[in-house]
Amino acid sequence: MLQTEAIQARRGGFTRRKFIKGVIAAGATASVSGYLFRGSGVFAPMLTAQGAVERLITVTVNGQQRRVDVPKYETLAMTLRYQLGLTGTKLGCDRAECGACTVLLDGVTHYGCSILTHSVQGREVTTIEGLEQDGELHPVQQAVMDEGGFQCAFCAPGFAMSMVGMLEKNPNPTREEAAELLSGNLCRCGDYDKILNTAMRAAELSRSRA
Amino acid sequence: MAENVIGTDISPPDLRAKITGRARYAEDFRAEGMVFAKLLLSPMPHARVRSVDTSAAEAMEGVLGILRAEELPVPGGGLREAALTDEPKYEGEPILAVAAVDETTAAAAVEAIRVDFEPLPFVLDPLESLREDGPDAHVDGNISAGRGELGSLKWPASVFEEAGADRLPMGEAPTEWAIGDIDAGFAEADVVVEETIVHQSVTHHPMEPRSCMAYWQNGKLFLHGSTQSTERTRGGVARMAGVEPDDVVFIGEYCGGGFGSKISGSPIMAVPAVLSRKIGRPVMLRITRYEENYIGRARAGFQGWAKMGFRADGRMTALDLYLVQDSGPFGASDVFTAATVATASYQPENMRFRGVAILTNTPPRSAQRAPGGAQIVAMLEPLVDKAARELDVDRLEIRKINAPGHDGWLGPQQGGFTSAYVREALDLGGELFNWEEKSQLSGQRNGTKVTGVGMGLSPFTAGSAGRDGLLVIRPDGKLHVHQGIGNLGTHSIADTARPAADVLDLSWDQVEIVWGDTSKHLPFSTVQAGSQTTHAHTRANHAAGTAMLGLLQELAARELGGSPTDYRVADGRVFRAGNRAAGMDFAEAARRAIAIGGKFSGQEVPEELNDATKAAVAGLAGEGLIAAARDNYSRGGSVYTWVATFAQVELDVETGEVEIIDLASTTDCGTVMHPRSLAAQTNGGVFQGIGMAKGQRWVFDPKWGIPFTKRFYTARPPGILDVPLSPRFAAVDEPDPHTPVGAKGIGEPPVGAGEAAYVCAVADAMGGLCLCRTPLTADMILAELEGRPRPYGLLETHV
Repeated sequence: MLQTEAIQARRGGFTRRKFIKGVIAAGATASVSGYLFRGSGVFAPMLTAQGAVERLITVTVNGQQRRVDVPKYETLAMTLRYQLGLTGTKLGCDRAECGACTVLLDGVTHYGCSILTHSVQGREVTTIEGLEQDGELHPVQQAVMDEGGFQCAFCAPGFAMSMVGMLEKNPNPTREEAAELLSGNLCRCGDYDKILNTAMRAAELSRSRA
Repeated sequence: MAENVIGTDISPPDLRAKITGRARYAEDFRAEGMVFAKLLLSPMPHARVRSVDTSAAEAMEGVLGILRAEELPVPGGGLREAALTDEPKYEGEPILAVAAVDETTAAAAVEAIRVDFEPLPFVLDPLESLREDGPDAHVDGNISAGRGELGSLKWPASVFEEAGADRLPMGEAPTEWAIGDIDAGFAEADVVVEETIVHQSVTHHPMEPRSCMAYWQNGKLFLHGSTQSTERTRGGVARMAGVEPDDVVFIGEYCGGGFGSKISGSPIMAVPAVLSRKIGRPVMLRITRYEENYIGRARAGFQGWAKMGFRADGRMTALDLYLVQDSGPFGASDVFTAATVATASYQPENMRFRGVAILTNTPPRSAQRAPGGAQIVAMLEPLVDKAARELDVDRLEIRKINAPGHDGWLGPQQGGFTSAYVREALDLGGELFNWEEKSQLSGQRNGTKVTGVGMGLSPFTAGSAGRDGLLVIRPDGKLHVHQGIGNLGTHSIADTARPAADVLDLSWDQVEIVWGDTSKHLPFSTVQAGSQTTHAHTRANHAAGTAMLGLLQELAARELGGSPTDYRVADGRVFRAGNRAAGMDFAEAARRAIAIGGKFSGQEVPEELNDATKAAVAGLAGEGLIAAARDNYSRGGSVYTWVATFAQVELDVETGEVEIIDLASTTDCGTVMHPRSLAAQTNGGVFQGIGMAKGQRWVFDPKWGIPFTKRFYTARPPGILDVPLSPRFAAVDEPDPHTPVGAKGIGEPPVGAGEAAYVCAVADAMGGLCLCRTPLTADMILAELEGRPRPYGLLETHV
């Protein structure tokens, strides 16, 4: 039996690290910890190299210039959440699978978990907190209020940013086009019907305000 | 009249916060001096920790402390799961945690820890463990023997030989019940159908992983977590932290999805709670998606066998069911619920159920939205279709023939229902979907695409009784509804408050909901699970609203003269019948209540209240006019909701891809509280069911016992392009006569309905061929269509 062979292979003082190597050699993947930055051996050089790069940079977020001290490997989502207090940007997967961290870079949607903060210098970052202007909701936010959008709403900030990006690209989408343009975001509650109603309402409000 | 308080669409009071980014979920909180923890996860499916060397990690700059399993106030063992363990029973089970000044340092420290594991035999397939020489998930056994004890169940080799490779071996079953005479039932049948069935296990994967943050102040634990329930979470957190419930403040204002995986706290919450006390710093434990796959809970799949007998008129004479459940390492099982749910669909004249739950070294199971129910509905509905075809009875008709009416019965005890408008829901669905015409499209071919049409009927429990409601009219004149239930996105946090406003004839904008923080004095509530909340808390708040009405009348009589029955309440005023001027507004009533004290402002409380509510009232005493009441309304039977979903699909016979063309669902869930939210709950549940039917699965490496499918991209829930653009929905909207507001729950039953409708529609597109398993992946469908050998064994799991 395969299993017996595996157990035998592991008897005799197998360490965690050796085990992982064995598994990797067998074509599977394994890790002891779901790290932000995963994989043994990746860390040490990153940590020691920290001092070697310029960490203090300026980013433009929601129209404001912010000075932040970030290591090279930090993602925009982490900087927003843990350095700038902008926790509206959510981390749902940290691997570009769910879209909960969607933000705008110069008006174009990006996954905040998959872009490094150092690479956004000189670009305009917009997060969910930046949509409201002087207490007035953005058409996308107003549409959510009108349509009672979202259930648990953990995906809502990401979807809202995708809707803003969608309207930039196509201010007059059909329901099909809206679905296509929002397909980079995942809603586990499955509230897609209401999300599409919201997207259509947002387009309507946006046109009437323009 | 505030007649629009029930049954209208409202904007939930928390929506603006949710869409401006101001809503704070567990990982959004910060505390002064907060540090981060990381977990070391087991790389093996079953092992024993022989030794741990943390010296290198402890020497690292920035590392603040390490927490081991033995330091937990309630360590695990046997079937008892704890946050950390030295005997991991699935790959990914947390072994220890490290706290450091930042997450990167904590992660690097985890990497520097050397753990020596002794590998132990493991099992992924329950049937393997039932063999005499098969491996067991625990050193001491493979089944739960009750009360947390382990037992062992092995079947002789002859049981497996007799069954062969494709039929479920059916040895001795620890659980068995029967109604009538199963053999007589089959003898009476004109058509008998029989199949091997396999339902997969599915990770819940709520969008928000179960991150949590904890700190201690003056001996009290403050814990920010993500749970479905609030008031009922505190006790569990207190136990795992080793303190009294009074010394815990649990904060969970928003829950980014739970679906049964976050009912009242997660074992992992013990890590930041205990580690924070140990190092004297607030500790944030961010749970990644990868970790969520392991510790985040999963629906329990099963391997089984089902046999049904029908008379020529379509009536089910016999149902014989044998289910072998994969109950994970700690024994969560729902096959027993599955059998009960089956009775609520078919009311079989004779039935036998046999079931066993086997432990495996795979991620832990828990209830998942319609636990047992969704699985069994998705497995049995295609068999009903198969019989209908043989009998030449319409598929909608055969469900109506067997569905319960108000005199129907449930489960082995055959108790009654509070109400059952099942045929009405089926008729409504037939009309909404246009079943009569659409069912004629079966098998129609257009190029490479074949049309399939199917439906699923899904019942599930939908209520409970005996909780408390707690209302305060404060000097601001508003009605403050204290809610101990959680806020997981169903809008029930607002909707269950509506009956209180309705009884007081108060407009909705005069209502404030208080929730999400146990220091805010929350009443005894149901755990937000089992679709109980809408039923349980519309009752509790109706009772509290009625108590408040009585207090307002009594207060007015005492202050203004006359008898309480002379007074009416409307629009935020209590006044003499026929003379609105002779009275006072709610703000005045609150001020006078505070001045009088006693029963008007919480200094005296009804004896019948649950203890948690008494404590909450004591905490609020003197702050306004306070009414607390227990739900003493009669219940009158099992509270059940039914959902029927109808699907039209196109199966591409060249690619095996299935597209859903049309989808319509209907429900009997009693009075509709919130139409838009009800439709959203139903459609969302239906989509979750379709996700299971379509492709979410687990695949393991059999040699090493570790999963390949541990992220969204390998087991993706349905996306916006996987479902129809405009699913349709309608509700019967008949009040349940045994509850004052008439409302029943809705959370669970849509899942099975959507899953079954999809499975049945795909079978229909394949000419009635049922694969009788989920998920139905393209390669499985194509192998059948092309007559190639099946790429899997009929009883094989995790494929």
